[in-house]
Amino acid sequence: MSMFKDPFDPKALLGGRCGCGGNHAAADHARLTAEAAPAGEEQRWNRVVDAAVLRAVFPVDAQRRLFLRTVGAATAMAAISSVLPLAAAREAFAQGGPGAGTPEKKDLKVGFIPITCATPIIMAHPMGFYSKHGLNVEVVKTAGWAVIRDKSLAKEYDAAHMLSPMPLAISLGVGSNPVPWTMPAIENINGQAITLANKHKDKRNPKDWKGFRFAVPFDYSMHNYLLRYYVAEHGLDPDQDISIRSVPPPEMVANLRADNIDGYLGPDPFNQRAVYDGIGFIHLLTKELWDGHPCCAFTVSKEFAAQNPNTYRALLKAIIEATAYASKADNRKEIAKAIAPQNYLNQPETVLEQVLTGTYADGLGGVKRDPNRIDFDPFPWNQFAIWILTQMKRWGQLKADIDYAKVASEVFLATDTAAMMKEMGLTPPDPTKKTIVVMGKPFDASKPAEYVSSFAIRRS
Amino acid sequence: MAAFRNSLGLRAGLLSLLIFVGIVAFWQIATTPTAGTGPALDPEYAKLLGAAAASGTKSAMPTPADIGTTIWKHLVDPFYIRGSNDKGIGIQLAYSLGRVLLGFALAALVAVPLGFLIGMSPLIYRALDPFIQILKPVSPLAWMPLALYTIKDSAISSIFVIFICSVWPMLINTAFGVASVRREWLNVARTLEVGPFRTAFRVILPAAAPTIMTGMRISIGIAWLVIVAAEMLVGGTGIGYFVWNEWNNLSIANIVTAILLIGLVGLALDQGLAWLARLVTYPE
Repeated sequence: MSMFKDPFDPKALLGGRCGCGGNHAAADHARLTAEAAPAGEEQRWNRVVDAAVLRAVFPVDAQRRLFLRTVGAATAMAAISSVLPLAAAREAFAQGGPGAGTPEKKDLKVGFIPITCATPIIMAHPMGFYSKHGLNVEVVKTAGWAVIRDKSLAKEYDAAHMLSPMPLAISLGVGSNPVPWTMPAIENINGQAITLANKHKDKRNPKDWKGFRFAVPFDYSMHNYLLRYYVAEHGLDPDQDISIRSVPPPEMVANLRADNIDGYLGPDPFNQRAVYDGIGFIHLLTKELWDGHPCCAFTVSKEFAAQNPNTYRALLKAIIEATAYASKADNRKEIAKAIAPQNYLNQPETVLEQVLTGTYADGLGGVKRDPNRIDFDPFPWNQFAIWILTQMKRWGQLKADIDYAKVASEVFLATDTAAMMKEMGLTPPDPTKKTIVVMGKPFDASKPAEYVSSFAIRRS
Repeated sequence: MAAFRNSLGLRAGLLSLLIFVGIVAFWQIATTPTAGTGPALDPEYAKLLGAAAASGTKSAMPTPADIGTTIWKHLVDPFYIRGSNDKGIGIQLAYSLGRVLLGFALAALVAVPLGFLIGMSPLIYRALDPFIQILKPVSPLAWMPLALYTIKDSAISSIFVIFICSVWPMLINTAFGVASVRREWLNVARTLEVGPFRTAFRVILPAAAPTIMTGMRISIGIAWLVIVAAEMLVGGTGIGYFVWNEWNNLSIANIVTAILLIGLVGLALDQGLAWLARLVTYPE
């Protein structure tokens, strides 16, 4: 029985659980997740300690169940605490004693790319979320996605900021050797934009974009898939009518200025930076294409998570907490200030503030207000992964036929995140209930193959 | 006046100064911000923009005065550490220098003995020649992905890249220097029945030393060129990372500062080896 299941529940299922990680059958999911998780930090920790002790006393599940069914949970706990110093155990746990599962590895290196998508990973450093969970994390700025992938594969980084399609690509061995990689948390949703050079101010209709040269950060990125989707919906073939090249985000503004490209679908702050420097304007925010799309992700190798379970849990908790903190609009100005210095993003504070607060200059002379320009939500919906896989398939990156749902659930660890969120007093969403609508077209995650073949412009 | 006319050094110095002043003046004139021509902007909107964009233009090149201030700022405090991704320019230069010297030293350890062997044995020379000829012209940065993939450590990979780029000039020059030691000297050594090791160290090495030093001078120049590019690719530390990090921020003033410092350090390395080369030259 896993650490996060409730051992006080004699009816808890031991196998064949629901996909969310809860200790119930899939059919019971909606009813059971409605129950509130224990509120308050102390109570939450106490619950975990009690559970650990109970499991220690009754290592055999059948015995524990029988005992609980006979005497009831409260009596059971009282009986055990009369023999064992339960209060002391709770205290030791709260202080990070041996019961807390001391991290196997405390000094960690986490790689990041200096963009606002990485906000939770970065801010967790200056704002102390890592140290709060007993970790000494060094956040290392990295030059590009290929480098971050190679450094992660080389185990130079213990965990890394990646684009959400990257762990899927790595696990499948698309563009690198196949190494089982996992993505326990999404970083941000929305927060990207299409920026065009100022000379294209009157070409706002994508139908006029024939021959345009676009940049995206990486081949395996939401940016690439969204740009392709967008132009294809307007009748342009992204492989023939326009050219798309991969350019590291910081170089996008310089290239736009030098007139090497006509525009880009890139991460912030570089959209806002183009406006700030009078080089380009924001054509649209990607949330206008798909409100709530995932972008960047917090990733670790399966091996690291398995070898250092306590470190992994502490790290994931720090990230989820930072993400929850970043998702509150009131905290955004403070975050902008924390991540602006040279050590992190190295950008003017006002640019970051415009990105994070959503009150921004659009480059066309107007001030726009959209508090959801970027948002932070850790939950790694498997439906996201399936959508990404359909686009990999659609554009020919993925040649073989795959089991979409299986790959998605192996890489996007909705189960772990849900368990962790519950433990932290946050309410995880129902993993089956996610509707995805991209440019008005709904996506049914249970029929990925049909979805791929429903597009007129595709490579497979 | 006559003294001035006769002293070439003095006149050249004055000319250098004039060229410098000319460049700076031209730069100042070319980059002085002009008033924007665009329509007046909504003040709330203008507040969200950079200074240049707010006046209706693209952000411009910094003026020489801006650069001067930036250089001064770096020179006053070159060794600060404000977190793992933000270290002073002096520390960054030290990282780069350390990598270059390490890679260079390793290359010398391999290239000089191997060059000796190649220079002394026509058989080995012929056997290794195709490899050297094919590998020599490969851009050192082309090795980077392969190095990262196989070595799996970015720090060692960048040292490897320095190694691979500095090994060829040293190898070729050593081989050439050793092969072209004057026959008479070797014959004298042979008639005096000097052992092969003694010949190598007492006759061939001193004779080939100037050529070897020239190879080293070429190598260190190349290594210093390559380290900047390698660090821009890999990131982390070093002057190349500094340039990349400031490029992120489109901070041209900082990049110009780095360029000047890279030039100065390169000059110092070159002059250092030139001085060493003078120590081993001999009159014929």
